[in-house]
Amino acid sequence: MARTMKLRIFRGNSKDGGLQDVSVEANEGEVILDVIHRVQAEQIGDLAVRWNCKAGKCGSCSVEINGKPRLACMTQVASFDEAETVTITPLRAFPVIKDLVTDVSFNYKKAMEVRAYEPPADLKPGEARMQQIDVERSQEFRKCIECFLCQDTCHVIRDHEENKKSFAGPRFFIRLAELDMHPLDTIRNRKQSAQEEHGLGMCNITKCCTEVCPEHIRITDNAIIPMKERVVDVKYDPLRWLGSVIRKREGIN
Amino acid sequence: MSNQLERYKYDVVIIGAGGAGLRAAVEAREAGLSVAIVCKSLFGKAHTVMAEGGVAASMGNVNESDNWMVHFRDTMRGGKFLNNYRMAELHAKEAPERVWELEVWGALFDRTKEGKISQRNFGGHEYPRLAHVGDRTGLELIRTMQQRIVALQQKDGRDHGDAEKFIKVFAEVTITEILKENGKVSGAYGYRRENGEEILFEAPAVILATGGAGKTFKITSNSWEGTGDGHALALKAGGHLVDMEFFQFHPTGMVWPPSVRGLLVTESVRGDGGVLTNSEGKRFMFDYIPDVFKDKYADNEAEADRWYTDQANNRRPPELLPRDEVARAINSEIKAGRGTEHGGVYLDVSKRLPADVIKKKLPSMWHQFYELAGVDITKEAMEVGPTCHYVMGGAWVEPDTAAVIDVPGLFAAGECAGGMHGSNRLGGNSLSDLLVFGRRAGLGAVEYVKSNGANPVSEGSVAAAAAKIEAPFNNPGSENPYALHHELQETAHNLVGIIRTKTELEEAIAKIADLRARAKNIGVSGGRQFNPGFHLTFDLDNMLLIAEAAAKSALIREESRGGHTREDFPTMSSTWRQVNNITTWDGSSIAVEQKHLPDLTKELFDLFDIHELEKYMTSDELSQSRGGSN
Repeated sequence: MARTMKLRIFRGNSKDGGLQDVSVEANEGEVILDVIHRVQAEQIGDLAVRWNCKAGKCGSCSVEINGKPRLACMTQVASFDEAETVTITPLRAFPVIKDLVTDVSFNYKKAMEVRAYEPPADLKPGEARMQQIDVERSQEFRKCIECFLCQDTCHVIRDHEENKKSFAGPRFFIRLAELDMHPLDTIRNRKQSAQEEHGLGMCNITKCCTEVCPEHIRITDNAIIPMKERVVDVKYDPLRWLGSVIRKREGIN
Repeated sequence: MSNQLERYKYDVVIIGAGGAGLRAAVEAREAGLSVAIVCKSLFGKAHTVMAEGGVAASMGNVNESDNWMVHFRDTMRGGKFLNNYRMAELHAKEAPERVWELEVWGALFDRTKEGKISQRNFGGHEYPRLAHVGDRTGLELIRTMQQRIVALQQKDGRDHGDAEKFIKVFAEVTITEILKENGKVSGAYGYRRENGEEILFEAPAVILATGGAGKTFKITSNSWEGTGDGHALALKAGGHLVDMEFFQFHPTGMVWPPSVRGLLVTESVRGDGGVLTNSEGKRFMFDYIPDVFKDKYADNEAEADRWYTDQANNRRPPELLPRDEVARAINSEIKAGRGTEHGGVYLDVSKRLPADVIKKKLPSMWHQFYELAGVDITKEAMEVGPTCHYVMGGAWVEPDTAAVIDVPGLFAAGECAGGMHGSNRLGGNSLSDLLVFGRRAGLGAVEYVKSNGANPVSEGSVAAAAAKIEAPFNNPGSENPYALHHELQETAHNLVGIIRTKTELEEAIAKIADLRARAKNIGVSGGRQFNPGFHLTFDLDNMLLIAEAAAKSALIREESRGGHTREDFPTMSSTWRQVNNITTWDGSSIAVEQKHLPDLTKELFDLFDIHELEKYMTSDELSQSRGGSN
């Protein structure tokens, strides 16, 4: 059932721009990315939007829809009332390049700052033995598609450019948690490094990141809170610290 | 433009940052070369993330009988013996090492009870062979490779004070041309998608790792990036493509709603017990078991069902036939009027597995259907139909080095290279292909650079490449690139699709020529800054080449095999099995020429039962090869 959809789309670049009203046809089952593409093909040939898989698997088409960080490819047109004007704007936490495309290089810089995974020096290919239950905790975080919606929504950096330097953001807290819980990673100070180098302490667990995660990763409950708790443990309880070091080696035969 | 031109010098430029490109980059860096990785998307978004089922490698973790020889045989059977045997051999032998290496780099695969990497069943694979992470194996692969690149960069930062000294990623850059001087590769030229500004890489070696070309077709599982760039760059640089008639239509794409038509439904659904039925409720695959597979697939439901618990004493369910067979069967059912409301067939796993197991084994499928189609696959059947998924044809390469034939300094790996999969690729053999031949392309480039050194780019070449990029802005023409792309997709889908005929292919060739002529009149609106209409103009040029190569090769091959079905020549022909179609581009049209396939070595020949080979080979070939040399 075709319907007309009223959109208000940001057009512009880092210097200037504004919202432009367009009306576009929308068909049953379509998502916001479909109607953006129809606008592009029929009305505004140079409308910039970043996208790739159109299946919620690559995390490229992150935008803000009525102010909420969403994947355009996973947001159903049917979830909006026909009378409603839907506003589509670029991610607010990052500089605009053009229209709906932002410069997300902040995230790649932060990725570079997280010390890489390091396996035991004597680990030979094919020799690792790990139980499913031991890999599952890290696997949850490895579901991350790097859409950066959690980074965009996080109020520590959303309107606080000054915090960006010392704050890695939720995406990299789950990366640190993943490495911390990785049965084969030999770097032992992930928790302290989250706290001391990546700004974990600035997070005050409002769970906004968890709410926007399209992969439903329990960022706050399963990554941030345990790391915060264990930072406390580790800082004040040397026995627990030793225990965690020994446990880490258990997965290797 | 030359006053603004960004210029870089590297030992090797890798075009594409999916599994093959990143694996090549690791190999080249570890050998001491400087590497530019160029990709159209952001880093980590390449189409490899979409791979669901797993990576095929005969580690034998679940069934100890598995080994490289069984994997090799399965791959050759899947490709209907049109595979380049040497590529299939290298692939089967090296895949386990490539998977284990990923684990050393931090990948976390699902485990067996003994704590080894778990392996799952898949179409055409005799034993459980696919290492997997739920149904998001491709994401695990690309993230692991991406993080491996970061690890190497961090090390360079520590050792040399500059993390990007030896590996730099150039994201959102399109390469429009491979540059050559004195008959050899000298670099690559393109533009930044962000601002349209041009960029020159001077490098004696270039590796193509650009993936597929599915966007040439209307219904496809490919993302926008799958526009055949590497295929086209190889052709334009004077290389050739091999067997471009072979496209894999994956049997199970979503058919509803329209906006997700073509989106992949992983084969794991069938591997884990999903059955296909038509609108009459009939499990129809039993009617479509070809003679060559009759001894390996169950011809009744009882035996097929027993196989899930006892694989030693039962034949496999026919839902797990190679993809080309299943796609044709579904196509026939729909054409015969036994399709579903939205023009597919039913795929049902809800009756076989409990809801919690489905959600655990197939999390992204559950998510995909629930969020995009409003279907809960733990309770109801999915509607599925064929979707253009993979191109078996690709750059014609030397098997051991991945060197593109006739273009010194150019290499190709992964989907944009041809030969490995013959006429049809088995599921799971793509991720392993990326790793095995990505690494080999890296090694090939290392050897080449060591013995050849730099090959400076001339200013004439730069000026010519720049002029091509500027052209659509100066064109007063009124053709719209989106509309032309749409017409090309319709033509490819309707006339060069799953079932082909002589008249339709001839019609397609004429239409494609017409579209090419009209494409000369594309006028681009707007400026250079992140302008998708401008970007599509270049992608479209590549897809026109893909479509022309596919249609012309398909017209010449008068038989049906794997991903090429001719209604007017419905059977396999042993004489056509001996032939590769090699395409060449002269700047205005594609020419197709036939070359004899390399013969199987005696060692590989002897891995097969002679009676099986009789189904594929001519009697001359059999008597020759039996006494053949190594």
